[in-house]
Amino acid sequence: MSDTIELAVTRYRPEQDTQPWEQRYTVPCSDDMSVLDALNYIKDALDPSLSHRWSCRMAICGSCGVMVNGEPKLSCKTFLRDYREAGVLEVRALDNLPVERDLVADISGVVEHIEAVKPWLIRHSEPPVDTAHSQTPAQMARYHAFSQCINCALCYAACPQFGRNPAFLGPAALTLAQRYNLDSRDEGSSERMPWLNAEEGVWSCTFVGYCSEVCPKDVDPASAINRGKVASDINYGVNLFRLLRGKGDA
Amino acid sequence: MQGYARAAALCVLGGANAMNQQQADIVIVGGGGAGLRAAIAAAESNPGLDILLLSKVYPMRSHTVAAEGGCAGVIQAHDSLDAHFDDTVAGGDWLCDQDVVDYFVRHATEENLRLEHWGCPWSRKPDGSINVRAFGGMQIERTWFAADKTGFHILHTLFQTSLKYPGIRRCDEYFCTDLLVEDGHCAGLLAIDMRSGEQTLIAASAVILATGGAARVYRYNTNGGIVTGDGMALAYRQGVPLRDMEFVQYHPTGLPGSGILITEAARGEGGVLTNREGYRYLQDYGLGPETPPGQPQNKQMELGPRDRLSQAFWHEEQAGRTVATERGAAVHLDLRHLGEQHIQERLPFIRDLARTYINVDAVHEPIPVRPTAHYTMGGIQTDRHTATCLPGLYAVGECASVGLHGANRLGSNSLAELSVFGRLAGEQAAERAAQGLAVDPQRLRPQAEAQAAEREALRRANGPERLAVLRDEMAGAMEAGIGIFRVPAQMTATVEKIAELKARYQQLGLKDGSHAFNTEWLQAIELGFLLDVAEAMSHAALARQESRGSHQRPEDFPARNDALFLRHSLARQQQGGATEVSWQDVVITRSAPGERHYGGKATGEAGR
Repeated sequence: MSDTIELAVTRYRPEQDTQPWEQRYTVPCSDDMSVLDALNYIKDALDPSLSHRWSCRMAICGSCGVMVNGEPKLSCKTFLRDYREAGVLEVRALDNLPVERDLVADISGVVEHIEAVKPWLIRHSEPPVDTAHSQTPAQMARYHAFSQCINCALCYAACPQFGRNPAFLGPAALTLAQRYNLDSRDEGSSERMPWLNAEEGVWSCTFVGYCSEVCPKDVDPASAINRGKVASDINYGVNLFRLLRGKGDA
Repeated sequence: MQGYARAAALCVLGGANAMNQQQADIVIVGGGGAGLRAAIAAAESNPGLDILLLSKVYPMRSHTVAAEGGCAGVIQAHDSLDAHFDDTVAGGDWLCDQDVVDYFVRHATEENLRLEHWGCPWSRKPDGSINVRAFGGMQIERTWFAADKTGFHILHTLFQTSLKYPGIRRCDEYFCTDLLVEDGHCAGLLAIDMRSGEQTLIAASAVILATGGAARVYRYNTNGGIVTGDGMALAYRQGVPLRDMEFVQYHPTGLPGSGILITEAARGEGGVLTNREGYRYLQDYGLGPETPPGQPQNKQMELGPRDRLSQAFWHEEQAGRTVATERGAAVHLDLRHLGEQHIQERLPFIRDLARTYINVDAVHEPIPVRPTAHYTMGGIQTDRHTATCLPGLYAVGECASVGLHGANRLGSNSLAELSVFGRLAGEQAAERAAQGLAVDPQRLRPQAEAQAAEREALRRANGPERLAVLRDEMAGAMEAGIGIFRVPAQMTATVEKIAELKARYQQLGLKDGSHAFNTEWLQAIELGFLLDVAEAMSHAALARQESRGSHQRPEDFPARNDALFLRHSLARQQQGGATEVSWQDVVITRSAPGERHYGGKATGEAGR
C-alpha cells in the first residue's frame, strides 16, 4: 500500500522558539501503524529533532500520551487507520500541563499529586513475614479496577478542573487514594481523608466525566472520585456528630 | 491550554559550561523492580542514609511494567525448595551457580509475601489465599500472578511503597552516561538532566546498577525502547567483565512484526501451539506426548522451557510448516478451548493486546506468534552478594549476572530475582555507605569534565553517518548471527559487522544540537551502549564452542561440552578497546550436570 497520511505536529523547542508552531510531515499509513509508529518514522527518517516519549509500545508503561486531534490518547494505542477519512492528524503535547519540548509534557506536578495521597498500604501492625493477608476475589474486586492506572496523565489533560487549578489533586491521584481505601488489607483511610476533603480534593471535581472517557485502561476515575465524595460526606457527618457531642475532630 | 514559558525559563539554566554537583550515600541507576527494591532495602536497613534513585524514565515506566505471567516462589504443600532448585538448575543447563540458586529459592517466597504486605494484588483462590499457576520448565505450579499484569502490579506496588521512606529521593529523567572511578573505587557517576540537558556529577559511597536488559540490540524483541543495555555498557567500559552474554532468551510467543509479548501464562493456563496443519508440533521435539488441550502437564509440550520451544519453531519454519501472515512466519497459539470467561479472568491483557495490535480476538481465533528476543541471561558479573569486582559498584536484576539463570532462564524466576537480589544489593550498599567511603566530589571533577566534554562533542557531531541506519544494521546483524541458531560464518560476519559499526559510530552526525530533552542525543548515547553490548554478546558466542541452553551451534558444535565449557564466559573490554573472553568456573554444590528431561521423560512416562 502506498497510502500516506499527514501529521501536523505542534513543535516547541525552548532554546529556539518563543511560541509553539506547527510542522507538517507526510508519513506512510498502513492498517498496523500506530501514531507512535508514525512519530518514530518521523524521528528516524524525516526529522531527528522531534522529541517525544515512548517505551513499551503495548499500552502499559504510560509514557506516550499526546493530544491527537484534540483528544488525549496513548500514541501506541491509537492507529492511523482511524484517521484516514480526516486525512490529517493534529498531534501536540498533553493539554493542561507545561510543555518541556515538542510533545514532551511536564508531568512532574501530576506525579507530585500522586505521591501526596499516601498511595501505599497503611497497617497498624505488620503481619508475620511468612503469611499473606487473606483477600477473597470479591474483596479484590472492590478496588481492582482502580489499581489498573498506568499514570499516563491522559485524565489530567481531559480534566477541566485541573486545567483551571493545577493544585487540584486530579483524577489519577484521587483514584489511587480510593484504590487503597477500598483495599480490605488497608487501615489508612483516615490518614488519606484530609487530602480527599481538602479544597483540592474530591469536592473540586464537577463530575464532567471526561477523565473516564479518555482512560486507556478503563480505570473509571470519575466513579472513584464520586465514591470518594460519599466517603468524604460520611467523614463530614461523623465529625459533625462528634463535634456536637463535644468530642472534637475525629 | 499548555504552558510554554516555564520550559523556556528552565533552559536558560542549561548550557555547555554548567555542571551540577550532588552527593548521596547511595545512588541507584534504574527505577524498575530491582532498583526500587534495593532503594527500599537500603532505607529500611539504615533510615539515616541519603539514597538517590536516578532513572532515565519515571520509575513506573521501567520495563518491569511489561512482565506479564508471574513471579516464582514455592508455596504449595506438595512443592519444595529442592524442586525449585532442580528445575532452575536443569532449566539453565547446569550453568547456574548453585549456591546462588539455593539462596534464591530460599528467599523468593518471603519476598513475594513482602510484596503482598505492601499491597500487591496477587490473584487469589476463592478462599482468599494466594493462587499459583503452571509455568514452563517448572515441575509444580509455583508462579504467583496478578492476572496477566504481574510486572505492572509489582512495579507500581514497589514505586508507591518507596514513597513512604524519607531517605529515598529521586532524579527522574536523568540519563546516566558514565561511572566515575577514583583510586580503584566506583565513586559516583555522571548524568544528564534530560529536561535541561545539563550534566550532573553525583558522588556516592556506593553505586547500584539496576538498568535492565539489552534485547534492543535485536530487530525483533519484546522489549521497550528504553531497554538498551546502559548499565552493562557502563560497567564494561570500566573493565568490569560481562558474563555469559552469549545467552539470549528468545521468548517463543511474541506477536509477529512488533514482537509484543504474549505471556507464557497463556500456555500455563492451557493454550496450545499448532503449525499450519493444525498439528501440535512440539511433540516432535522431545516434549511429547501430546497433552489434552486445556489440560497442561508441567514440563510437557507447551510447558517445556523457552529455549526448546523457540528452537522447535525454527525447525518448523525450515520445514515450511509455519503459517504465513502479512507480518511474517508464525505459528498459532490457540486459547479458544479455554472459553471467554477463563480468558477474561486470567488473560485479559493478552486478549486486549491481540485485539488492539493484530485485530485477533483470542476467544474466537488463534493468535499468530513467533519467537522474539526477550531476555539477557548474562550481564555484569557479580558475586553472590551482587558486588562487582569494582569496589563500590553493585549490579542487580537483568543487567547483572549473579549466576542464577545459567544458559536459559525459566519464566517467572526473573521477577522473583528482582526482589531477592534487589534487597541484597540495597543492604550491601547500605553497609558500605555506613563506612563513609565517599570521595569529595571536587576530586571527581576533572574526570567528570573530560567525560562531559565527550558527550558534548557527540551532541554536536556532524559526521556523515546516520543514527537510525547504524541502529538498524546492528539489529539486523545480531538477528542473523546471534539468533536462535548460530552458524559459524554468520557469527563471524556479525562480529565483523559490529566492529565496523563501532568505527562508523565515530563518524555520526546529529541534526539536533539543542539541550532540552534532546532525544536524538540520548539515543546516540544509547546506541553506543548497545554496540558495546552487541560486541560482548557476539564475541562470547563465538568463543563458546558448544551448544547449551539458548546458545545453539548445530553446524560446528552441536553438543554440550562439559569438559571444556561448564564455565561462565567473561567478556572484558581491554584498554585500547579489544574484547577478550576468558572463563570462570561454575559453582556446583549438589547437582551434578545431567541431561535435561522434558515431555514424557520428565514424568517418567514414555515419550513418543
